[in-house]
Amino acid sequence: MSTNSHEHSEPLFRISKRTGISAPKAWIIRGIALLMALVVSGLVIFAIVKLNPTKVYIAMFEGAFGTPKRSWVTIRDTMMMLCIAIGLAPAFKMRFWNIGAEGQILMGGIATAACMIYGGKAALPTPLLFALMLVTSVAAGAVWGMIPGVFKARWNTNETLFTLMMNYVAIQLTSFCVSKWENPYGSNSVGIINQLTQKGWFPAIFGQPYTLNVIIVMALTVAMFIYLKYSKHGYEIAVVGDSENTARYAGISVRKVYVRTMALSGAICGIAGFLAVSGASHTISTSTAGGRGFTAIIVAWLAKFNTFVMILISFLLIFLEKGAIEIASRYNLNDYASQIITGIILFFILGSEFFINYKVNFRRRHN
Amino acid sequence: MKKFLALLLAALMSLSLVACGNSGSGTASSSAAASGKDTGKSDFKVGVILIGDENEGYTAAHIEGVKAAQQALGLTDDQIIYKYNIPEDETCYDTATDLVEQGCKVIFANSFSHESYILQAAQENPDVIFCHATGTKARTAGLKNFCNYFENIYEARYVSGIVAGLKLKELMDAGKVKDPYVGYVGAFPYAEVVSGYTAFFLGIRSIVPDAHMDVQYTNSWFDITAEGEAANALMAKGCVIIGQHADSTGAPSAVESAFKQGKTVFSVGYNVDMLSVAPDVALTSPQNNWGVLYTELIKTAMEGGEFKTDYCGGYSEDAVQISKLGTACAAGTEEAVNTAIAAIKDGSLHVFDTKTFTVGGKEVTNAFATDTDGDFTPDADEAIIDGYYHESYFQSAPSFTLRIDGIKELNAK
Repeated sequence: MSTNSHEHSEPLFRISKRTGISAPKAWIIRGIALLMALVVSGLVIFAIVKLNPTKVYIAMFEGAFGTPKRSWVTIRDTMMMLCIAIGLAPAFKMRFWNIGAEGQILMGGIATAACMIYGGKAALPTPLLFALMLVTSVAAGAVWGMIPGVFKARWNTNETLFTLMMNYVAIQLTSFCVSKWENPYGSNSVGIINQLTQKGWFPAIFGQPYTLNVIIVMALTVAMFIYLKYSKHGYEIAVVGDSENTARYAGISVRKVYVRTMALSGAICGIAGFLAVSGASHTISTSTAGGRGFTAIIVAWLAKFNTFVMILISFLLIFLEKGAIEIASRYNLNDYASQIITGIILFFILGSEFFINYKVNFRRRHN
Repeated sequence: MKKFLALLLAALMSLSLVACGNSGSGTASSSAAASGKDTGKSDFKVGVILIGDENEGYTAAHIEGVKAAQQALGLTDDQIIYKYNIPEDETCYDTATDLVEQGCKVIFANSFSHESYILQAAQENPDVIFCHATGTKARTAGLKNFCNYFENIYEARYVSGIVAGLKLKELMDAGKVKDPYVGYVGAFPYAEVVSGYTAFFLGIRSIVPDAHMDVQYTNSWFDITAEGEAANALMAKGCVIIGQHADSTGAPSAVESAFKQGKTVFSVGYNVDMLSVAPDVALTSPQNNWGVLYTELIKTAMEGGEFKTDYCGGYSEDAVQISKLGTACAAGTEEAVNTAIAAIKDGSLHVFDTKTFTVGGKEVTNAFATDTDGDFTPDADEAIIDGYYHESYFQSAPSFTLRIDGIKELNAK
């Protein structure tokens, strides 16, 4: 080694920040990352179970799209994930660490379930019931998001801890409601709400029970894209996110932006709760949010808050999840095997962002 | 940069070579599995939705039951699709419809709160048979393709009570115990548990007439820590026998460690033979032998037979049993157990004989078994006929919810 030191002491490679990268180039890097992820997880699968990896990938695809029902469940879950990510986008763009989506979803879910249970008993007309479910779930989610927003604006509390703790309060509230509404007695679960009357269930459109989910979330996708990119509010969010002081200097009321944006963020997560209860499960439990409030953070960040890119990323994550479950079931593997695969793929996708933001320069050979 | 890409490509190619190299062995093993398929009914598939996996006692018993049925009926491994760790929410419905699309002709679910989701799937798929363990809705659902099934586990609990009673009597005769105080770790204050602990208690009282019992609920079917803590609380109050209706080894382990510290206390488990975790204190465990019902149900489905709404079985069908007696059991236990089992089989012994218990100091002359209006209080089907409560008579799930004298619930909701 010392013999080389008379030349430049340039390392083998060095890393520099990219000033900009063309979109096709960025997508090539992401594509390579995905490919490598599949190869590495293929190797891991082979090492564990001695199965042909291509077969495993076919099984993954069939897990997500093998039957019409599976395709629709994949679409339904993608929409749910996307809806939460859309809700998180304005908060995170403002650099407000909203870890509380779980709680906001649950609050929306509780409100919806309450409407379904009591509205079903009171035999409310369906349009009124739907309006009520939408309004209460939006309100419940908005309040749950606004509380940490107000505290941050007034007393500069740490929003990461605050929103996280609000999750636990929401979970306790949910288990309280579950024990209040449990059916049958002693089961500690609510069961399917209005199973016979189907009151407050999303109606099937074009013969599919989840069409309405798609319509609602797609509308939100477009609306949030426009809101963040072209509205004055969206601009204010971006400025506050980049620098609070600049925002203040520019005459933006930072407090107002905090509270308003968190109310919006919570409200959309409340809608996600509405979708989960009325549009998918027709029940409420502490697992209604099911950790999706955390996974959606990855979706929002990876998409850089572009809601259309979020469609792709939520789809990819749900696809991986369904595929991994199918592998575990088909080849009699433990659930952990599927989590390992998902973990490897996420590692590469997240890692690819490094190569998009930074450039690796290799030492040039001096001839 | 180019060099880096070239390197990457080379790496990728070598990896894909490895992948191709393995494909040979993969196909070989799958064709071997396919060759064992020739049983004639190879297109008949069974789906099994399970709340846990083989690590959890209750589900392990179900898996064993399905495997016994598989062997009895000559089904191959790929004719049975297991779905483990399915929670009691819409995942259950999604899984059920997924199993239908995979071609299952009969689908089982083993947890109480799976029922409404299975019922939903049954309504939408009239060509597929759905069987739900421990549920109560088949009788009133009016569907031809939906049934409930359950074992008469109360019979085995009664017999395990006799085992505990004999031990208690031995301890009292030896002067080691003055107060015949029994503790019970229950899951939820629900009929299945109430019926179970009452049967257990009546078994004990058939040997030790002045025994009394406290029940501590954990509000969970499976919680090792909570069950251990409940057992500790009961032992601190002076209980000398700890029975349980919860699925883990928490309580027997706690009893074992208290025994090692010099306490006189013994344990009766559930589902699992507890001798491995509590060799000094485990007396026995009442066990479900699900294989009997699984064989009957799968066989009926294969033959395209008509389904009843409820299926259950007890000692007469060999569907329940108690596990191997522990070394701590009193002398003469085996004989007493065999006598009781014979009496249950020939119908001379009824577990819930109204002469053996009172409610509020009085003998019970009527009790309803079924709740028809959904307020969770039974209001139909008189269950006391010929001097005993007919448990699991109108439906397979237990319905006994009388709180009899001598038993105290410490933390009922």
